[in-house]
Amino acid sequence: MSTELDEAMARITALEAADTAAAPKKISMVVMSGDMDKLFGAFIIGTGAAAMGMEVTMFFTFWGLRALKRADAKMTGTTLFGKMLGLMYGGGIEKSNPSHFSFLGMGRWMFGKMMGAHNVATLTQLRDLAIDLGIKMYGCQMSMDVMEIPQESFVKGVQDPVGVGFFIGEAQESQITLFI
Amino acid sequence: MSDVTPDLELDLKGLLCPMPMVRVSQNITNVPVGGVIRAVATDAGSMADIPAWAKSTGNEVMSAEKVGGEFVFFVKRIK
Repeated sequence: MSTELDEAMARITALEAADTAAAPKKISMVVMSGDMDKLFGAFIIGTGAAAMGMEVTMFFTFWGLRALKRADAKMTGTTLFGKMLGLMYGGGIEKSNPSHFSFLGMGRWMFGKMMGAHNVATLTQLRDLAIDLGIKMYGCQMSMDVMEIPQESFVKGVQDPVGVGFFIGEAQESQITLFI
Repeated sequence: MSDVTPDLELDLKGLLCPMPMVRVSQNITNVPVGGVIRAVATDAGSMADIPAWAKSTGNEVMSAEKVGGEFVFFVKRIK
């Protein structure tokens, strides 16, 4: 009986070793927030994980879509509400405001100054670094449709839009999943 | 570590998280397997991050020392 148990344990150990050696580790993130501070968190974790040899998937939805937009992507909408949203929420990642101390853009300016003084990379630099490091970034098709933000308004290097099924598939293969 | 001649010097001074680790990771393939990078950072967090990076990627931190206000790393490429 004990030899069977030993054999079974040996097989489990071998399988586990094969499993971890076979594929690189993976992290999948949902980025729902467009807040400056949360985007910093998302991109620092993403680029850090990529540097550590992990595959990184970032799925941007709702307010998070701003992180993918080009700076000159302003009036993106087609309907009245879409155009209003484009007008009030136009521009790219550099327009994101902190979740506290926003003060109609004053907070963004103040944090920008403080981060610059401490030599932190800007959000734009981190986002572009993420693309350079091979991080796969996807827009959520449904929120792109609802918010009338087309793929053409995104920076180069963003993958074609996907849905929740794709994200769950990625998440199932991931050792780390985050919702930001 | 003064007896080791690095294959590459990296100046990471002034960079903050995650950049010191990212720069080491981007440059490790610029030295041959068995080669050594000497990196100097000022970010105190890199004392924890760069060893964690090495452990995760299968490379080796030969030494990590605080020298004055700087952090000096000798990183060897293992694979």
